[in-house]
Amino acid sequence: MSTTAITPAPVPFGRRIKRFMADRPLIPLIILLVILVVILQILRPGIVNERWIANTIKFAIPLAILAGCQTMTMLTGGIDLSVGTVATMSAFIMATQIVSQDPAVAFLLAMMPAVLIGLVNGIGVGVFRVHPLIMTLGTSLIGTGCLQVYQRTVIASGAKIPDFLAWLGTGVTPVLGFAFPNALLLFVPLAALIVFTLARTGFGRLLYAVGDNERATRLSGVQYWQVITALYVTSSVLAGVTGLLYIGLIKAPSLSLAEPLVLPSVAAAVIGGTSIFGGRGGYTGTIIGALILTVLTTLLTILQMPEGARRILFGLIVLFVTAAYLRIVEDK
Amino acid sequence: MSHFLRRQGWVTGLFALLVILFIATKIIQPGYGSGDFGSLARAVLPYAFAVAAQTVVVIAGGIDLSVAAMMALTSVTAASMMAGASEEYALFVVPFVLAMGFVLGALNGLLIVVTRVPDIVVTLAMLFVLQGAALLVLGAPGGAAAEWLKALISGTVPIPGLPDAVDAWLPKALLVLIVCLCIVWIPLRRSRLGLSIYAIGSSELAAFRSGVPVARTRVIAYALSGLFAAMGGLALTMSTGIGAPIPGPYLLASVAAVVLGGVALGGGKGGLLGPIVAVFVLRLVRTDLTLLAIDPNVTAIIEGLIMVAVVMFGAFITMRGRQS
Repeated sequence: MSTTAITPAPVPFGRRIKRFMADRPLIPLIILLVILVVILQILRPGIVNERWIANTIKFAIPLAILAGCQTMTMLTGGIDLSVGTVATMSAFIMATQIVSQDPAVAFLLAMMPAVLIGLVNGIGVGVFRVHPLIMTLGTSLIGTGCLQVYQRTVIASGAKIPDFLAWLGTGVTPVLGFAFPNALLLFVPLAALIVFTLARTGFGRLLYAVGDNERATRLSGVQYWQVITALYVTSSVLAGVTGLLYIGLIKAPSLSLAEPLVLPSVAAAVIGGTSIFGGRGGYTGTIIGALILTVLTTLLTILQMPEGARRILFGLIVLFVTAAYLRIVEDK
Repeated sequence: MSHFLRRQGWVTGLFALLVILFIATKIIQPGYGSGDFGSLARAVLPYAFAVAAQTVVVIAGGIDLSVAAMMALTSVTAASMMAGASEEYALFVVPFVLAMGFVLGALNGLLIVVTRVPDIVVTLAMLFVLQGAALLVLGAPGGAAAEWLKALISGTVPIPGLPDAVDAWLPKALLVLIVCLCIVWIPLRRSRLGLSIYAIGSSELAAFRSGVPVARTRVIAYALSGLFAAMGGLALTMSTGIGAPIPGPYLLASVAAVVLGGVALGGGKGGLLGPIVAVFVLRLVRTDLTLLAIDPNVTAIIEGLIMVAVVMFGAFITMRGRQS
């Protein structure tokens, strides 16, 4: 009796690539990042050095944390467009309150609006079932209004950037001959915590479950509104922390400080492979997505592309990547 | 009769609310007269078109997040084309901008139909794209508008035979609004296409099985939305005389007015009259707050709170409706 090996029918190359991308979305992303860095090096030979890397990481970190907010909310099929306003609010309040208050008190005051907005978002989305996009857009409008009123009450007292935040935002510490951005001290534990929460804890699993099939999750006894409220409060608090970090980096409090980060944060999460429909994705991809966008921004600046063209490009990227992921999933 | 009341009850209630608000305004500011009504109508104009744009899409079961950005783009396009050009040139600019809105709206619809990405993501991406395009057309507020266009919405409609006292309460802006909306809406409502739009919003599957061309209808609904948004952009240029590339607060306002106007966010229900009355209600609340000498920034907060509350209420009603 001879054994005939059953040879599987050869899979077409295009399909294999698709399947590979669907299984390991991180590898094509890293390849894309390397390609962008190489292009940058070709356009401006010598630009990629130790200082440039430290700078890129410094600017990518606030974006990556905000993109983390988007990742977590997107896992449940939502989105959080209020992160920019929340970050701006906490940064602005910190910078103005530190003048007269104890740092700890100023920190608590700065985080208060973040918790409040997160709570309102969570209740609106979880209890009243408003679409997250509309809900967070609404609270961010209200937040901006409140900030404008607040600004007029503190206009006389002035603002300053706490030394600690400046150290955290811009400082570098030489470790083994390499300039190590201090912001990594905050970001690495934070990122590890988010990755761990999403992958290993009950709360993380609930987020995936809610996004995957909300009805089934509810029928299996999950209190939907509790999960959603906890999620949006977490997202808002993260955004508040980002604001504090960002003010240390930018060093100029303004009423639209973190606003320009909102659209890229959505784009970073989408590029990183998190599905905007919920249930699929992770934070590791998002971090690489944030790095890709930061390098891409440098590239576009070097090419002297105007702000308008940059926004068009971001929009097209979000659309294209979402459509591409949809195709890949439908194929499986 | 009860059917009629149930269908029109919401709009009737809104009208009653509007009348109450007018009375309240008159009490707060006894001098509130025809001139103030004229400026109210002018202020409502861009909002009303934004709401009309949103209404068409919501009835078809979708949502359009790019309304405000579309208005900004069409507004700056019109303003920059008319800058330094002759008065007659504007005769060409107006149809051009309207066609641009129609085509870009259709592009929204086509992307949704072809890529099968949900409407909310496609229009969000288009929001970035249109915003960027507006910044490319005009980096900072600027441009100009033809004099006859500006005159089109200022002042009142002179109707011979009517006493001036009545005439003064007929601002041109109101007439422009009514004419523009009716030209598009009434034929649509009576046509097969209008019925199809309601059908796909009500139940896409049922519509498909009854032979409604779902994809085509969806594209046309978005195209009409783009057309209304372009009217809104033109109205912005007409009332300010310039174009500004940063979108105004029209997106949330349009969604809030649609919900307040009795159009279900799920689609298939409601008409255009309700949302338009709702816009007047929301604007009049703002006027009242201003008349009460409340800080404009606080007014913005109160307005935001009202809109969020309205949207929450609407979502709550929809949820209850679905459960029962």
